[in-house]
Amino acid sequence: MDPTAPAAPPESAGHTAGPAAALRLETALALLRQAGQAEPAGPPGSPAYLQMLIDQLVDLSSRDALTGLANRRTFELALAREVDRVARSGEPALLLMVDIDHFKRVNDSHGHAAGDLVIRAVAQALTDSVRPMDLAARIGGEEFAVLLPNCPAAFGPQVAARVRQRVARTEVALPPEGLRLSVTVSVGGAFAPQWVRSTPGIWLQRADQQLYRAKGEGRDRVCLEHAAVFDVSALERDMLLGGHPIQEPE
Amino acid sequence: MSQAVPSPAAKPRARITAVTSGKGGVGKTFVAANLAAALARQGERVLVLDADLGLANLDVVLNLAARVTLHDVFTGRASLDEALQSAPGGFSVLLAGSGLVEYSRMTPEVRDKLLDVIAQVRPRFDHVLLDTGAGISDVVLFTVSLADEVLIVATPEPTSLTDAYATIKVLASTQAARPVRLLVNQTQRRSEGRAVLAQLQQVLDRFVNPTLPQPLKLALLGEVPLDAAVRESILRRQLLLESLPGSPAAIALAGAAAKLLTP
Repeated sequence: MDPTAPAAPPESAGHTAGPAAALRLETALALLRQAGQAEPAGPPGSPAYLQMLIDQLVDLSSRDALTGLANRRTFELALAREVDRVARSGEPALLLMVDIDHFKRVNDSHGHAAGDLVIRAVAQALTDSVRPMDLAARIGGEEFAVLLPNCPAAFGPQVAARVRQRVARTEVALPPEGLRLSVTVSVGGAFAPQWVRSTPGIWLQRADQQLYRAKGEGRDRVCLEHAAVFDVSALERDMLLGGHPIQEPE
Repeated sequence: MSQAVPSPAAKPRARITAVTSGKGGVGKTFVAANLAAALARQGERVLVLDADLGLANLDVVLNLAARVTLHDVFTGRASLDEALQSAPGGFSVLLAGSGLVEYSRMTPEVRDKLLDVIAQVRPRFDHVLLDTGAGISDVVLFTVSLADEVLIVATPEPTSLTDAYATIKVLASTQAARPVRLLVNQTQRRSEGRAVLAQLQQVLDRFVNPTLPQPLKLALLGEVPLDAAVRESILRRQLLLESLPGSPAAIALAGAAAKLLTP
């Protein structure tokens, strides 16, 4: 395993680079180069080299290529872990769903390159408006999620408002004339049910419902599920009691 | 289900049913105790765990002295075996004792202690009924989350119905999907229980099920008619199934217990 030895051609694998010569690393290395990462240090095929290569590939496959945020896969893993943690510790945790308003218009009027710039700017604004311990992720085209562990219910509205305002204040300069574009986001949020083992799907759905509510109420706003979401509305009560007692047809 | 005494090896884990109601005073503890007696009569090993940590009253219903309680187990003053008592109906109980007020708020400590107790009793019984507190406190929600299935006890009264609905809604919107069955207590007409079920299901279908990954379908475990025998047994602090087994309410409860055996 002499790093200075010339790389052996694949046919004569074995005597200089050892098992490394049998490895197909070209695609992996090309991916790393494309992502702007350095090639792993050390002799190719050595455990240190391979470990670094694996780490870099793991990093690459956990991030969104356009924004560098966590991707959907990473987000889902983190969400499942958080559900588990909240069930054990009872700590409050907030999930925010963030969606760029009228994003299609940006693409239609300024082109997809402009759309990409906007998505990047929103991603940066998200990262800047939350704590380092929070996880911001891009989970769809113009849809983002932010997972905030240990976020007390009282802080929820503030945090969500900060995210929304930060994006609204962000201006995206479009080349070539430097046209300045700003976008807004709608934010929906829900806290994890404390202590009980819930499911990531249920949590996601509840936050999503609030996002739809924010969209429905006119966009560029925050809707959080109140703790009192479990209240029974007048409508529900009427329906529950209105038809009661029912005479069963015998 | 009525053959030999089941061995722990054949049936290592008890089925855990949370008995809850939303509103208090609908006969939740009465129902839990009498269902347990009916199950015990069919040869099942049954434990009723008084999980109403703040306001326990299983001891009152069963006319038992709470000598050693969950509180003592939690604090390490007694072992679980010392706290397990035999109730008149041929089942076991773990009484909470009134000293548990300090545990009526959820903390990691309460969580771990309850989990530990559940893990210890699970291999020793066929059925564990968790008699939860009323309301939708975090202790109640946590207790219910430990169960394999949920039994909602309600009466046809508007306040009970609304609270039962609120409880079902919270459980469905925050906890993993599990079977939820309904026992309607104090019915005054035949099929009133079925009507209550239909009413609850209708509102769930309209307001809750569209928001769930999988819709919740309630099932009816039984309806227990309003029966003077119930009041009599409660005043005597005896199990209805022991003192007045031929009464309509007792017969209905025995029928509900039989259904509890088929998940």
